[in-house]
Amino acid sequence: MTTRPRGTALRLHRELKRIWSPDPRFRGWLTTNNNNDVGRLFLAVATLFFLIGGVLAMLIRAQLATPGSAFMGPEAYNQVFTMHGTVMMFLFAIPFFEALAVLLLPGMLGTRDLAFPRLGAFGLWVYIFGGSAVIVAMLMGLSPDGGWFMYPPLSSAAFSPGIGADVWLLGITSIEVSAIATAVEIVVTVLRYRAAGMSLSRMPIFAWYILVVAVMILTAFPPMILGSLLLETERAFGLPFFQVENGGDPLLWQHLFWLFGHPEVYIIFLPAAGMIATILPVMARTTLLGYGWVVASAVSLGVLSFGLWVHHMFTTGIPHLGLAFFSAASTLVAVPTSVMIFSWIGTLWKGRVRMELPMLWLLGFFATFVIGGLTGVMIAVVPFNWQVHDTHFVVAHLHYVLIGGYVFPMIAAIYYFQPLITGRFRFFRLGGIAFWLVVPAFHVTFLAVHLAGLLGQRRRIWTYDEGQGWELLNFIASVASFVMAIGFALVVLDIAINTLAGLRGRRNPWQATTLEWAAPIPSPTYGFASIPIIGSRYPLRDDPKLDLRIARGEGYLADTSRDRRETLIVSTAKGEPLQVAVLPMNSPLPILLALCTSASFLAPLIKAYWLSVVALIGVVILALIWAWTTAPRRTEGLVDAGHGRHLPVAAEGADPPGWWGSLFLLVADGVHFGALLFGYAFLWTVAPNWPPPAYLRPDLLPVALALAGAAALAAGPRLAAWREGHGPLLLSLLGCLALAAAAASIPLARPTPTAHAYDATLWLLAGHVGLHVTLSLIMLTYLGLRRLAGHPLRLGEARTFGLWADYTAGTGLVALAAAWLPGAFA
Amino acid sequence: MMACGATLQLLAGCQGQLSTLHPAGPAAATIAEIWWIMLAGSVAILALVMGLLTAALLRRPDSPGEPERAGLWLWTLGLAFPLIVLAALTVYGLKIGERLLPREGPDVVTVTAEARQWAWSFGYADAPDLATEDILHIPAGRPVDVRITSLDVVHSFWVPRLAGKLDALPGHVNILRIEAPVPGTYAGQSAEFSGPGYLGHVFTVQAHDPAAWDQFLAEGAP
Repeated sequence: MTTRPRGTALRLHRELKRIWSPDPRFRGWLTTNNNNDVGRLFLAVATLFFLIGGVLAMLIRAQLATPGSAFMGPEAYNQVFTMHGTVMMFLFAIPFFEALAVLLLPGMLGTRDLAFPRLGAFGLWVYIFGGSAVIVAMLMGLSPDGGWFMYPPLSSAAFSPGIGADVWLLGITSIEVSAIATAVEIVVTVLRYRAAGMSLSRMPIFAWYILVVAVMILTAFPPMILGSLLLETERAFGLPFFQVENGGDPLLWQHLFWLFGHPEVYIIFLPAAGMIATILPVMARTTLLGYGWVVASAVSLGVLSFGLWVHHMFTTGIPHLGLAFFSAASTLVAVPTSVMIFSWIGTLWKGRVRMELPMLWLLGFFATFVIGGLTGVMIAVVPFNWQVHDTHFVVAHLHYVLIGGYVFPMIAAIYYFQPLITGRFRFFRLGGIAFWLVVPAFHVTFLAVHLAGLLGQRRRIWTYDEGQGWELLNFIASVASFVMAIGFALVVLDIAINTLAGLRGRRNPWQATTLEWAAPIPSPTYGFASIPIIGSRYPLRDDPKLDLRIARGEGYLADTSRDRRETLIVSTAKGEPLQVAVLPMNSPLPILLALCTSASFLAPLIKAYWLSVVALIGVVILALIWAWTTAPRRTEGLVDAGHGRHLPVAAEGADPPGWWGSLFLLVADGVHFGALLFGYAFLWTVAPNWPPPAYLRPDLLPVALALAGAAALAAGPRLAAWREGHGPLLLSLLGCLALAAAAASIPLARPTPTAHAYDATLWLLAGHVGLHVTLSLIMLTYLGLRRLAGHPLRLGEARTFGLWADYTAGTGLVALAAAWLPGAFA
Repeated sequence: MMACGATLQLLAGCQGQLSTLHPAGPAAATIAEIWWIMLAGSVAILALVMGLLTAALLRRPDSPGEPERAGLWLWTLGLAFPLIVLAALTVYGLKIGERLLPREGPDVVTVTAEARQWAWSFGYADAPDLATEDILHIPAGRPVDVRITSLDVVHSFWVPRLAGKLDALPGHVNILRIEAPVPGTYAGQSAEFSGPGYLGHVFTVQAHDPAAWDQFLAEGAP
């Protein structure tokens, strides 16, 4: 790095602060898309939901403290336990780690913000609106009451009239949409937005973990979204996916739910593990033992977690050979976990541990999570599972894993990163007391709950009679759980007090070696005054003065003369500087788009389908404005990135950020489509007489039409890459119309989707094609309007549209083949 | 280990009619045995891990150049140790699971269990006209196959002292093998949440000696 005169740092700070600052006053919170602001809001809201979920937990323990309690009746109790699980899993656990990732990831990676700041803000607001709707419904007494995994037929319209189940399905789906938005943002950021020289093997360990988690969100949430779509269309319109008498099967839900639900457990655990692997070496004044091993473990845990969803269904009568496979897979998942645990203990072994508060909470993690892992292995043993499934033993196990494996490490992370996030250090020392309240009380509570389960106490019963030996255990569990709750309240209080009135201090208080600690404390909106250049995995250890050099503008992009928010895009593997990304300015578009999106999801709750349609039109219009206003107005060519490098602006490359974002969004979309095909095949093989032979008709015309349409749609963008003029776009338009006509064959041939699950499934296949043709048409309209406005089609735009066109063509062809080809062979 | 069991039973109060640790039938007894073995193994593993953790915390390495012992931590403890333990446990669990499956036999009795919100109807292959509500009659000392299904939502058939549970699913019939060695009554409960009446969705299994069983088949419930 070249040296510059003193005083540069302050000048650079002032200019960057002006460029990156949010709008003034309250409006700033609504229009900001900076990762610091979005992350803090995310964190605060997720903590609020944790407190709500905690109060619900206390209601449960108050009810179960004594036999025959008159505190709540079954109607209230069923809502309370369903909401406790729902709030903790969907409104607390996932958003909380997303919040930390949004806040900390750019700092760790040495970039100034995430790849899609506006998408991040959009995800935040959808989460806030959807989560609030679920809570408001609860306060109105309209909560779901069928348990957080919502098994049909109990959750079907016949057995759960009222809107409780709809609140769950629509509210939670909207939050999953938010999680997918954040996941796309995280994947693209980790792969492309890093410090110069940060190759994959030099990435901080948390980046690896969160990359695995984000890919898992993209592949695990879509089956759940499909399940919710099936159940909601059954409830609202009578499409009989889960009704046996009309060719459906309730087990389909269980498969889709646990295809999501089991990876979900690891989606929650892995970010916490990433935090442990980040904090623990610093607390031991050393480096992580076996970095490569830990990365490999995280990846294999992510992969394995998709192979064991059936272990939640060991009692559903699946053949024993199938159980054997899933039992083996379920125990196998303990192996990468074990590698991580021993890597961490080995790290402590080679270092010199200091007993700061974050370390104390990490020890709480070890003492708790190891027990949760061991009971997890027990539950994976099929015969034992037959006894304890759906008892309090399982309740205790999952709390050991989730609180021990997630909440404790996350508290450690909050204490560890508090100086960076708030600029304050601990002064008041409530935290230690809180720890010694929470961890012992936790063990007393849930050891007792384990035992109650072994003695036959089922989960989800609202009370119990005397005489089974459960009274004392439940009483002990309830008393200890209240102590634990007081401890958690003290943790929140401790953090709040220290945030407001802690001490100020100098940067890098823990002598950490990763880049986030090279930023001033608290981290400014622009993150780094210049993009760091690094040469190893531990840049602050190699160069203790790196922070000053960054502040003086000795990295990349220290030139503020272009007066816009810029950061560096690097090559995925090597971390070579490739492009300059121009990030968007403050805007009300994310919150407006989130408002419309949430309205379209929530309006069906009050049967206001018209409002849903209006909101969807709003979504399309806002999305077009969003795309139009973020597209560059002119072509710049190469710009000066510093250090004599001239790099292209990202939007002018062949793979602009939008192309990368589309790629990973389509991965999620593809899994969703795959889940739909799985459901189709599942019903075909499992449900008796499916489809009724009379239904099967050979019809090759739609398939031929789809083939022609798909070819034309996919050819258009390819042609556009080397040919000017309207021709390529018109070719794609024709392809869209042919595909739409092919899809229309389904409702024409099978006009009543409510008659049989076969009809309903075909309609969903047609719906999939229809939706993607519509998306392609919207994109074509956008590109056409851009042309008319005098902006020539960019290569990146053509290739991004090409991704969507290929996907639409490919899945459209498969969908229509799946619908009509079996008839040809029947 | 049996001493542990006795203490737990004391804690469990008078009889523990729903306790998996107070088994009566062969399947429940086998599973209780698995539990005690796994508990002992888990306590040993927990002690090992906590011991290593404590040692690591207390240690103050003198020179920074010491070997990391990555092979010991990662290959031996991280990878090989769980692989061996888990492979043994999985095979053991599956062999036992295989043994608990319903198999053909000369003296197997077949009954049907049909769940609905919130009651159980039981039928008997040996007396097709016979039906009972919320009480399942079986012969003591003979293996019984229960054919389980549901008329409405998902339920689960569970008699903790006799065997593990199996779900009652609409549109599916699942078969569970139970056996009660001695005559008597055994408490059963549905173990899949089914709405507001879930708490009361319970039933009883009545095991008869051979004479009483014949009498039941001939004349119905007394």
